[in-house]
Amino acid sequence: MTTQHITLTVNGEARDADVEPRLLLVHLLRDVFGLTGTHIGCDTSNCGACTIHVNGQSAKSCTMLAVQADGAEVRTIEGMVAGTELHPLQQAFWDQHGLQCGFCTPGMIMQAAWLLDQNPQPSEAEIRAGISGNLCRCTGYVNIVKAIQQAAGELQASASAPAAAGEAVAAEA
Amino acid sequence: MPAPVEPPIETPASLPEAYAVLADSSAEDPVTPIAGGTDVMVRITGEIGEPPRRMVDLSRLRELRGIAVDRGAVVLGALTTYTEIRRSSVCREHLPALVEAAATIGAGQIQNRGTIGGNAANASPAGDTLPVLLALDAAFEVGSNRGQRAITADAFWVAYRRTALAPDELILRIRIPIGSGRETRFRKIGTRRAQAISKVVLALSWVDQDGPPGSGRVAPIAPTGNGPIGTWRDVRLALGSVADRPIRTRATEAVLEAASPTPEIADAAAEALAGEIHPIDDVRSTAEYRRVVAARALHRMIRDAGGW
Ligand SMILES: Cc1cc2nc3c(=O)[nH]c(=O)nc-3n(C[C@H](O)[C@H](O)[C@H](O)COP(=O)(O)OP(=O)(O)OC[C@H]3O[C@@H](n4cnc5c(N)ncnc54)[C@H](O)[C@@H]3O)c2cc1C
Ligand code: FES
Ligand code: FES
Repeated sequence: MTTQHITLTVNGEARDADVEPRLLLVHLLRDVFGLTGTHIGCDTSNCGACTIHVNGQSAKSCTMLAVQADGAEVRTIEGMVAGTELHPLQQAFWDQHGLQCGFCTPGMIMQAAWLLDQNPQPSEAEIRAGISGNLCRCTGYVNIVKAIQQAAGELQASASAPAAAGEAVAAEA
Repeated sequence: MPAPVEPPIETPASLPEAYAVLADSSAEDPVTPIAGGTDVMVRITGEIGEPPRRMVDLSRLRELRGIAVDRGAVVLGALTTYTEIRRSSVCREHLPALVEAAATIGAGQIQNRGTIGGNAANASPAGDTLPVLLALDAAFEVGSNRGQRAITADAFWVAYRRTALAPDELILRIRIPIGSGRETRFRKIGTRRAQAISKVVLALSWVDQDGPPGSGRVAPIAPTGNGPIGTWRDVRLALGSVADRPIRTRATEAVLEAASPTPEIADAAAEALAGEIHPIDDVRSTAEYRRVVAARALHRMIRDAGGW
């Protein structure tokens, strides 16, 4: 079986791997790199559980081949925490009860992070549209929306306070 | 479970290299291009249709990127994503209906990767940008080792999920003329607002003979309800999900040509459209629903344009 050698950055760390051409990016992350925070919830690219960032853009990692990430900068849910401090989105999902079983949560947070990156002060409608590619079977979305609103407020506040936790904002564009 | 597939994949860094990979692509043994992968990757398991046998990843081809205005047309590279279309000031100014269509496709993640070239080449009868490309009289610039040629949108979708592309050809660019005073409206009807495949999708476009020049630039959300009702010329109406491919409906266009958007004309056009299309029952909808809804959606577009 032929393999291809790829190099990429995952959560700021240089990684490389020899992969089969058909290996999905989500399988590379989970099975080769052990980053099991990125979930797989469907085989039709519908659920959004596998959402990550590729070169600063949210993407469904089940819809990409690992070889297509050659040279890319990838960010997963594991890369959201700064040291031991939760990302404002992670904290907000906790505070607002934005999850029940938690299966959708990593994808939801990655999509929300991209959304806030594009639009730091989204309306409720914009939040709902922004996460419409992510399905949650538990919460009914109300608390997810509240969590994203809380995080948006905190990220705004920290962005206007210089030298504060600006680091946490997804800065890659 | 079908046997796992192992499609070899090439990632050329330039267009000539891509052409070389595609040179021995044939109908029996195709090389499948992959752009954003949002259609191809859903097929790769082999559980839905024929999985690709050999693949060529287009994502490094800079020649296929970019949005420009050139000689009275907006030119979109085949790899232009929906997110790029939504953000582009050129598209927002000249192609508001295409921006609107782009915003209805999938959701954020799909818009970040899905491309307009992929939507066209995939040739789904439900592809949401395809009626817009038909209504705007777009042309595809396509190429291979054998040279380049242009194919009009009208001649591009030749049968169910089939295009006029030869097996070795790539879409390079899509050229969309920007006529002064041309107005375009878009409407998609699906089960939900996000990630829904269209039950019916339509695009209507016309030049208002008596309207102020350039008034077609920005589609008003609400009816304006003022000003004289003008006369429409060069009317084009295109629909998706009502036939085996995206289609122009010329009998209905004829009703609207040289007419004004009055209640009587709206009634006549809606009736003509209901008679002209022959949709089918499928998992997403019924023939009857599609016929009724297409006619009502057109009626409403004409009413909004007429401001009554
Ligand atoms: C969750 C989800 C939701 C979706 N929602 C919608 C929707 O609402 N509306 C809609 O219309 N579509 C929708 N789609 C389908 C898909 O996203 C679009 O059709 C998209 O535009 C495909 O583009 P791509 O770049 O991903 O194509 P790919 O999957 O890379 O390619 C699609 C086809 O085009 C060929 N191809 C691609 N580029 C070229 C080129 N330059 N030259 C020649 N051939 C080429 C490929 O070989 C393949 O056959 C959805 C898909 C998913 C997974
Ligand atoms: S696993 Fe469901 S969208 Fe990727
Ligand atoms: S919390 Fe269970 S799927 Fe969202």
